[in-house]
Amino acid sequence: MTASAESRFELPIRIKLAMFFRLLALQGSWNYETLNGTGIGFAIEPALGFLPGGRDGPAYRAALARQSRYFNTHPYLAGVAVGALSRAELDGVDPARIERFRTALPGPLGSVGDRLVWASWLPFCSLVALGVYGAGGSPLGVVGTFLLLYNAGHFALRAWALHIGLSRGLNVASALGNPVLRRGPQYIGCAAAFVAGIALPLALQRITGPGRALAGAIVATSLVGILVLAGLRERAEGWRIALGVLAVFVLYSVLT
Amino acid sequence: MTVLEALPLAMLGALLGLDVVSFPQVMISRPIVAATVAGAFIGNPPAGLLIGVVLEMIALDTLPFGAARYPEWGSAGVVGGALFASQPSGMPGALPASVLAALLTASISGWSMVALRRLIASRLEKVRDQIEEGSRDALMSFHLSGMSMDLLRAALVTTFAMLIFHPLVKAIVAVWGSESASSRAVVVVVVAIVAGAALWKVFHSVRYVLWFLLAGLLVWTILLVGR
Repeated sequence: MTASAESRFELPIRIKLAMFFRLLALQGSWNYETLNGTGIGFAIEPALGFLPGGRDGPAYRAALARQSRYFNTHPYLAGVAVGALSRAELDGVDPARIERFRTALPGPLGSVGDRLVWASWLPFCSLVALGVYGAGGSPLGVVGTFLLLYNAGHFALRAWALHIGLSRGLNVASALGNPVLRRGPQYIGCAAAFVAGIALPLALQRITGPGRALAGAIVATSLVGILVLAGLRERAEGWRIALGVLAVFVLYSVLT
Repeated sequence: MTVLEALPLAMLGALLGLDVVSFPQVMISRPIVAATVAGAFIGNPPAGLLIGVVLEMIALDTLPFGAARYPEWGSAGVVGGALFASQPSGMPGALPASVLAALLTASISGWSMVALRRLIASRLEKVRDQIEEGSRDALMSFHLSGMSMDLLRAALVTTFAMLIFHPLVKAIVAVWGSESASSRAVVVVVVAIVAGAALWKVFHSVRYVLWFLLAGLLVWTILLVGR
């Protein structure tokens, strides 16, 4: 079965599932030359088999080559691109237009994905898990809460992205104005701040363990440290400072 | 620890290291998960969870934006969790030494990811013409080999880290000179500062965020008083 420019070909469910599964491995060949490019080609390939001539045809080979070139986007929203581009290829859209679309889409998708997922949803879920730990949660409870919560959002976003891409083709721009994508980071950020206010002190209390002899010193030093480090913003990386401080402390504790 | 003893942890590190970027990014590579699972492998999940929570707070500072270089927490979480869980309980130096070993592993593993990406790019040069001709086989082989190399990378990092740090942490714990309360306090202060500053960097531009943080702190205070 093949698609032509005139028909609006509907992909079988198994092909959509194959594309969804391959999207999970989108960054398998991530590199500094093509970034996500070859991953996009890998994910879109099952759909391209429906082009005129099938997998041996010139349309398939041209489309696969085109889709495997440089591309950079957020992995969770890559489904928008993969869906839209496969729709465009199957609908026989002019390759020059497809190339323009491939150039225009990565920026907005990457920006929206970074803000929504890496800078909002992931830290929020981490904080919820830290809160469960601070409240006395078991290992299974903490890990289970984190994975279930995070992946409920993760898989919903991936499924939405592929659906939107496949259904709207190159007209996906308006979908990026979805309220969840636009205002989600604001709401999740507020929720994360609220959870942080409860979860961080609770988790730190449980790590400290019984005995409050050093509690005052811990709180005072931590507050001063947070203010100083937050003031340095991008000029200092907290994890490197942690590594340095712990290295000095371990050395001191071994030598004394 | 022998290579044979490190093998199960290497396989775990490989799977969780793969999750960081290549497949399937379901965040089993987050230290709170990786360290807990590694602790369970050793037979001490609560210890794995404790160091996992510590590393998770530090990891809040390194969110994986775009093509940025960041520490790799999957293998590092496994190493940290396994090291801490395998120490006798109540040893004051176990947590600081294990966290330090995990941070060094995360740093080295992050560097190995950069090296792998360069290696994949150099391999791309060899198959670029075939991919440009639309060869399905060339693309599939290139993509799947990238994932396989990432799996191998994470396994090697975990194996070497365990072989180096297991005896080292054991030796450090044996000669540790600082008292228990202050040893734990240093770790708590460090992670509190890193996590607090990281969250401020991420969320400071969100409107009303300070009010929500204060509301959360108020709830925590009520919980504290109520206990």
